[in-house]
Amino acid sequence: MILNKIKIEGLKKEDPGIIPAMERRAFLKMGLLITGVFAGGSVLSATSIVEKAFASSGEFAEKYPYKPHYSMVIHQDRCIDCELCMTACVKTNNVPTYGYRTRVFERDDQKATERKREFIPVLCNQCNNPPCVLGCPTKATYKNPTNGIVMMESKKCIGCKTCMAACPYNARYFNEETSAVDKCDFCFNSRLSKGEKLTACAEACPAKCRVFGDLSDSGSEVYQAVHNLEKTVWVLRPDAGAKPNVFYMKG
Amino acid sequence: MAEDVTKTADVAVMPGGWAGVRGGVLQALQGSKGYYAALIISGLLLLAAVAAGLHAKYIGTMYAYGASREVPWGILISTYVFFVVTSTGLCLVSAIGHVFGVKDFMPIAKRAIFLSIMTIMAGFFVIAFEIENPFRMAIYNVISPNLTSNIWWMGTLYGAYMFFMAIEFTFLVLNKPKIATIIGFMGVVAGVAAHSNLGAVFGMLHGREFWYGPYMPIYFIASAMMSGAATIIFFTWLAYKANGQKMDAAMKRALEVTTKVGILLISVILFFTAWKFITGFVGGEAKTAALDMLLTGSYAFNFWVLEVAVGMVIPLALFILSKGQNLKLIVTASALMIFGIFFMRYDLVIVGQLVPVYYELGVNEYTQMLSYTPSAHEILIVMGGIGFVGLTFLLGEKIFNGHKSEIH
Repeated sequence: MILNKIKIEGLKKEDPGIIPAMERRAFLKMGLLITGVFAGGSVLSATSIVEKAFASSGEFAEKYPYKPHYSMVIHQDRCIDCELCMTACVKTNNVPTYGYRTRVFERDDQKATERKREFIPVLCNQCNNPPCVLGCPTKATYKNPTNGIVMMESKKCIGCKTCMAACPYNARYFNEETSAVDKCDFCFNSRLSKGEKLTACAEACPAKCRVFGDLSDSGSEVYQAVHNLEKTVWVLRPDAGAKPNVFYMKG
Repeated sequence: MAEDVTKTADVAVMPGGWAGVRGGVLQALQGSKGYYAALIISGLLLLAAVAAGLHAKYIGTMYAYGASREVPWGILISTYVFFVVTSTGLCLVSAIGHVFGVKDFMPIAKRAIFLSIMTIMAGFFVIAFEIENPFRMAIYNVISPNLTSNIWWMGTLYGAYMFFMAIEFTFLVLNKPKIATIIGFMGVVAGVAAHSNLGAVFGMLHGREFWYGPYMPIYFIASAMMSGAATIIFFTWLAYKANGQKMDAAMKRALEVTTKVGILLISVILFFTAWKFITGFVGGEAKTAALDMLLTGSYAFNFWVLEVAVGMVIPLALFILSKGQNLKLIVTASALMIFGIFFMRYDLVIVGQLVPVYYELGVNEYTQMLSYTPSAHEILIVMGGIGFVGLTFLLGEKIFNGHKSEIH
């Protein structure tokens, strides 16, 4: 070994047992920082993390602010545009025909070598720094203090539509029936609060494209996906600085 | 009967107090045909707007207005902005003389204060039909305030502002200029705070590149002064024209110095606008797309012709050519400014929303810019706001006896 040949004074002999543990910790920290950076807004591949992660703030990911910290990971390449998620959402949450809480975009790339079209499901990103909540004059929309879901209290909505103008994800519409803005609440009112574990869209998805879970639970599928250094994870519109909780990846 | 009216009207010519106001009310009953025609047209515009607004609420604003999910703020918001910017500007221009003691500005102060109250009320009138649930607003603005919301601060501070301005005006009518000055100062503070918050309503939206940043609150204040100068010049001229009176030297001097304010503020706004574009073009794709719409795209006519030429460059040239003396040029300039500034607000509000939020994602659904066209309902409500200002201006001139000022 090279180390044995070089004699540097004061070089401490390390207990071989410690090194892997430290490496593991550093590795884990790197993972957390990646998430922080993703959440805070950059799209990074694992190879560039060290350089970029330390240039950005990772504090958000060091400790997830909510328990459970609800999040969704969208495996973009798995989406086949069957729109069962949209149907399930409409049915579960009484979404009127003129509105939607979630939808699936198409993106074409004629120069692509294999598949030329991909599908991108979108929904409310339940941001940690939500422009809608910041702007609402009457707290009709607010962050649920326990699970971080961006909620609506319809009776307080004055219909100024600031939240709609503010949202970087076009996730809000005005519901004429309730005379209030409506949006995705990760099915909190319709399902989670009644003991269900999944959102209607995640449950309806036949391709396992939408994975829903608790980001503060290291055993959860979302945590495992987001913290996987082998994969590139990104968020939509990181430039808006809203710190979204919906992550995208392929594979 | 006719004799009585004349008698009371004579009393009204003497300045001051509620007696003058009472006389003014009776005087309002005696006007030229043109005066009545203008009064009736304004009143009809207002009624049509109320009808359109109520009908829109009845059938649902989704069907009645041109605004949509993607472009939630339409011409009603931009017109609201137009009126409250004008109001703040009138307040600031009136304050130069009346609060800060620059004598030359004093003759225009009283009318400016009156119009600032009427224009903010016109703004509230228009936005009442934009806000879906004004009753919820009345309750939850008070019991569930969100202190991080600029909309909340803007609404609350504008409420305070309107209150101060009304009190100030009352004390002026009662011939108590000292108290009026103190209240007027509070009005200025509330107005500036409210108005910069209105700028921040746009400037704090960190998902909207076209608006985001500290530019908007600063721009709004400068822009208000510009509007205020134009509006007071135009309405002072109109009042004298309607009353068939000649301006005295002090009033002429007041318009001359207001013209100078106009020249300064147009220059400031031209400077602001130029730098907004220059900095914008090194920004992201979405921001560049918005600026392109104004420079060469579907809003180029609005921008170059209405905003830049009619709203700023031609009035600037006319103001300079007038040397502060040629009333025709000054009034033409201020009328053009008011017209151009209306579209300045419109472009600011609308174009800021026309770049789809998912534009840079490159999805098939949002490859094009969005569009917005005001609906008939919306246009009628806007006209009603203008009618409200017209109606109250006309009545105010009579009731308050041409806003003859006791403070100069």
